[in-house]
Amino acid sequence: MDLDSLYQEIILDHYRSPHHAGLREPFEAEVHHVNPTCGDEVTLRIHLEGEPGSETVGDVSYDAEGCSISQAAASVMADLVIGQPVSKAMETHQAFVELMHGRGKVEPDEQVLEDGIAFAGVAKFPARIKCALLSWMAFKDATAQVVSKEDS
Amino acid sequence: MGGPLTGLLPGLEIIRKDFPILERRLSGDLPLVYLDSANTSQKPQCVIDAMVDHLERHNANVARAMHQLGAESSAAFEDARDKVAGFLNAPSREEVIFTKNASEALNLVANTMAWAGPLEVKAGDRVVITEMEHHSNIVPWQLLTERKGAELRWFGLTDDGQLDLSNIDELITPRTKVVAVTWVSNMLGTINPIAEIARRAHEVGAVVVVDASQAAPQLPVDVQAVDADFLAFTGHKVTGPTGIGVLWGKGDLLRQLPPFLGGGEMIATVSMERSTYADLPHRFEAGTPPIIEAVGLGAAVDYLIEIGLENIHRHEQAITGYLLDGLATVGGVTVMGPTDPTQRGGAVSFEIAGVHPHDVAQTLDARGIAVRAGHHCAKPAHKRYGVQSSTRASSYLYTTPGEIDALVEGLNYTKNYFKVA
Repeated sequence: MDLDSLYQEIILDHYRSPHHAGLREPFEAEVHHVNPTCGDEVTLRIHLEGEPGSETVGDVSYDAEGCSISQAAASVMADLVIGQPVSKAMETHQAFVELMHGRGKVEPDEQVLEDGIAFAGVAKFPARIKCALLSWMAFKDATAQVVSKEDS
Repeated sequence: MGGPLTGLLPGLEIIRKDFPILERRLSGDLPLVYLDSANTSQKPQCVIDAMVDHLERHNANVARAMHQLGAESSAAFEDARDKVAGFLNAPSREEVIFTKNASEALNLVANTMAWAGPLEVKAGDRVVITEMEHHSNIVPWQLLTERKGAELRWFGLTDDGQLDLSNIDELITPRTKVVAVTWVSNMLGTINPIAEIARRAHEVGAVVVVDASQAAPQLPVDVQAVDADFLAFTGHKVTGPTGIGVLWGKGDLLRQLPPFLGGGEMIATVSMERSTYADLPHRFEAGTPPIIEAVGLGAAVDYLIEIGLENIHRHEQAITGYLLDGLATVGGVTVMGPTDPTQRGGAVSFEIAGVHPHDVAQTLDARGIAVRAGHHCAKPAHKRYGVQSSTRASSYLYTTPGEIDALVEGLNYTKNYFKVA
């Protein structure tokens, strides 16, 4: 088992100095997600800006407790989606999910995932995929809650 | 760390040869260092052989096959019950109920106590558990008390990982119908004073349910000596297979419980309108039971009895003491639970400042060392000590001091890898 393929230096950097951490205002939705098998938790807030239908992600703030992989994933996720149109953020989410479920055979696109390509090695460690996806799932859930509130 | 360890099992190297998996080489041609036995134990060749032999030569359904193989299979299945009764010093073999696992055994009691009968838990009654229970001895009682409008209370824990019994008089009152407690904590390792708790519970007429999942592998379990009313353990932690657990109960109490699952084997007679039920133990064993697994469990308890539970307990104490000494040499390690090895079982949960348990377990795994990381199905106990999760190293009768050395070396490597001082 090649530890270094899992713990890329980029991941450890984000783990030690996470970007956009902490809970901030304003926000339209807050979600709390847990990984029931290990107890990792994230509370995540989302703030969208702009007209309904063409919004951008104004801010993602979070309070995450967990391992290096889950903490670094939250940091990279916030970097990737803040300032992006919601539709593009969801495409990035999808690309990350596909990378995680690719069993190490999916070639990540650096244009789309930037620092997220460092997680390619995680896909080869089945027990850790959920760690990497925890905050992404929270982001998707929170965003969907805001969008569905606007629709109703 | 002083002189040679005392208390280790004599012939440890020979005992290890009973367990084929201990010869496994892992990725990178590393030897396996298995320190996750509180999660599940490894299996000796005699257990594997007993199960294979049954499958190859005696396989048939039990109690309903009128042929030679059926008789052999039934005899083997019931022979396993005798062995388990002996293992627990049960007064009667009929008091041994085979279940799927310890969780099902505990759920059997908690569910049937919800139904009408002499032992029914009613609105306003109280069920008392402890803060160090495995989720399987918490959730069934939450479900029961919620359904019945009864009250759930629990013993708290002291800072050094013991049950806080200071308010026992307040908790165990005439309203208390059930006291459910683990014998040995799967997270803290604490060995609880079951006989004393049972004595106090019986003074008010409460039923005592003991989770012996972690006790049965490593302590002599004598249901009469501790005066439990019900006791559950699982096969796979006592060197037996998965898929089988045991509920032992006092015969007169088991007979007061209504049937649990309905189906084949648990009946006396069935008409379209109603049925009458079989006597113990079959009353609680609906459907085709785990036959091969029972045969394996019988071989497993035979194996443990042959080595001797007192000897296994001494070995666990020696290894645990050595492990605690080793962890003390690794800076930044905090052990949860009692630090006196004579006061505890062989599961040691700990934190390393600055490295998450997942990352500890992953780094150890890369060196062939298997431990558990997470909340170990004991979230309330973790919360009590202000931690979200921990790393747990758990030994068993085949664990060597050399494996503990490998763990300690692995932990130092882990700290180095994650650059914590």
